[in-house]
Amino acid sequence: MTNSISCVEQTGCILLIGSNTTEQHPLIGTRIINAVKKGMKLIVADNRKIRLAEIADMHIRLENGTNVAFLNGLMHVIIKEGLADDEYVKTRTENYDELKAIVEEYTPERTAEICKITPEEVVNAARMYSAPEAAMIVYCMGITQHSHGVDNVKSCANLAMLTGNVGKAGTGVNPLRGQNNVQGACDMGALPNVYTGYQKVVDEASRAVFEKAWGVENLPGNVGLTVTTAINAACDGQLKALFVLGENPMMSDPDQHHVKTGLENLDFLVVQDIFPTPTTALADVVLPAACYAEKDGTFTSTERRVQRVRKACDPPGKARQDWEIVGDIAKRMGYDGLTYNSPEEIMDEITRVTPIYGGMQYDRIDQVGLQWPCPDREHPGTPFLHKGTFKRGLGLFGPASYMPPMELPDEEYPFLLATGRCYFHFHTGTMTRRTRLLDREERFPYVEINLDDAKRLGIYDRFPVMVSTRRGEVKALARVSDVVVPGHLFMTFHFEEAAANALTNNALDPVAKIPEYKVCAAQVRRAS
Amino acid sequence: MKRTLTTCPYCGTGCQFYLLTDGNGRLVGVEPSSEHVISKGQLCVKGWNAFNFPNHPDRLTVPQIRKNGKLVEASWDEALDLVASKLKEVQEKHGADSIAFFSSAKTTNEENYALMKLARAVFKTNNVDHCARL
Repeated sequence: MTNSISCVEQTGCILLIGSNTTEQHPLIGTRIINAVKKGMKLIVADNRKIRLAEIADMHIRLENGTNVAFLNGLMHVIIKEGLADDEYVKTRTENYDELKAIVEEYTPERTAEICKITPEEVVNAARMYSAPEAAMIVYCMGITQHSHGVDNVKSCANLAMLTGNVGKAGTGVNPLRGQNNVQGACDMGALPNVYTGYQKVVDEASRAVFEKAWGVENLPGNVGLTVTTAINAACDGQLKALFVLGENPMMSDPDQHHVKTGLENLDFLVVQDIFPTPTTALADVVLPAACYAEKDGTFTSTERRVQRVRKACDPPGKARQDWEIVGDIAKRMGYDGLTYNSPEEIMDEITRVTPIYGGMQYDRIDQVGLQWPCPDREHPGTPFLHKGTFKRGLGLFGPASYMPPMELPDEEYPFLLATGRCYFHFHTGTMTRRTRLLDREERFPYVEINLDDAKRLGIYDRFPVMVSTRRGEVKALARVSDVVVPGHLFMTFHFEEAAANALTNNALDPVAKIPEYKVCAAQVRRAS
Repeated sequence: MKRTLTTCPYCGTGCQFYLLTDGNGRLVGVEPSSEHVISKGQLCVKGWNAFNFPNHPDRLTVPQIRKNGKLVEASWDEALDLVASKLKEVQEKHGADSIAFFSSAKTTNEENYALMKLARAVFKTNNVDHCARL
């Protein structure tokens, strides 16, 4: 997030796009509900009738995969009606002319046609978002998990900058991170292109810093493989060994058959985890790890807040801390630089090589976590980014044109399938399906289908159906309602016995390599 | 009853709560933190139940090695010797970029840092990523 969660209480309007906040980030969802009660305007742009849609000032059910057109349409209206923040655009941004030229084509009529909404919805949403002094864009995987995910994110940023909504309280471009420490894993350089704090591996000066800090030579300068491209490389035989720490690609990655082929094609697969998963089942070595309740350390939340994790009990059996296991492997490879006495010692090293974490010593974040950038021990942390100036100087408009998703419904597979999560389960279900109460609430895999489609196909609520795509077929219980529009299906990927990712398409965004989980072509029929 | 202030293991909101541990060192409950800037004494249903899964009997407790197609129990030394020797073998035979490391959005910053450093400093590859995209 460019801003903080508390900004929800300081904003005049939230454009919520591609986030089912009450289910996926419930306490942020609650804040949004409370803000609406106090008069904040809420625009929900989501094809599904999510809970927040019920209290929203506008619920715009745009077609999945048309976000760029929708956001361009809003900007078209904002420019046409003189609702932009001209002073901000002039002093804080660049490349406005290109943006203007591209959004010029997205008239309310054309936008409405692409997004399957009405021109009035485009105009009204543009007016509502641009009216208050401060407005926020809040998004989640509904924006990113597309073959044009990067264009979607850039379009959100364009809209925010056009209206002067970056760099002050109650504004911003705010992705809600879906996992406890996905922000931290990125901050720590568990990414193929950067070290900690987003210092680039292709930058010789960055490599020199880490070579010196780590006492090694010749750090590689080529950008590595992402999770998704590594699986492709395993299928091609380019990748020979894979070390997986606390991930379950058999359930979380697109096109399960493809993932299985890749993992089976490896010469050597190591999986370190807390529970057996479909991924550990394929491993050559399985290493038992401590879970969050059994360790000390830090997680970084979606608002860039670095917070303490503390050990409340011992790990079971011979399970060990991830950092100790990693250190022992390094030692066997002849490297002592990963032998530590405690997580605090690791954090001290992180603070020395990571400018944005420079002031994140454990004694400072003992009770209340700090938000990065926090460059030194005296720094109070940063509640919102880009105040006064962007990191690169001027904010760069990166306009995009609408491109359709990679696989759209056709005669053979006439439904549009999107995948996501539900309230009671988390990700691949490894933890929540082993939690008594959560398992009780949501025990069986299900597929949401609209009442009209169900009627036409003779499908009844809670009756078993087969859902298939070009990649595979799974059996799930029908959940018949108006949450999805006719022609759409929605499934969660929590259930091993009906893995939604046996169905999903391995189409990736060309830049971010994120899979298109929100659009693929599917068929549904009664199970015999 | 011991109370330990920690951070929720689920979504990225960053709620904090107290884990409750009984006299036998077993997790028995969760109590929200009323002072915390985000949770303010509240939790969602997943947070309230976050004490439950660590006790589940399915937990992995012993290293395992595949022998004759089956995963069998092994000692830590045996398992880690095998990991190091096989990775070294692959590295020598096929080059640094024939190995990849998947880190985790569920584990700590310190452990992500350690795995990232292992990939880059020891195995000399930038093939390191995690499930941010998924």
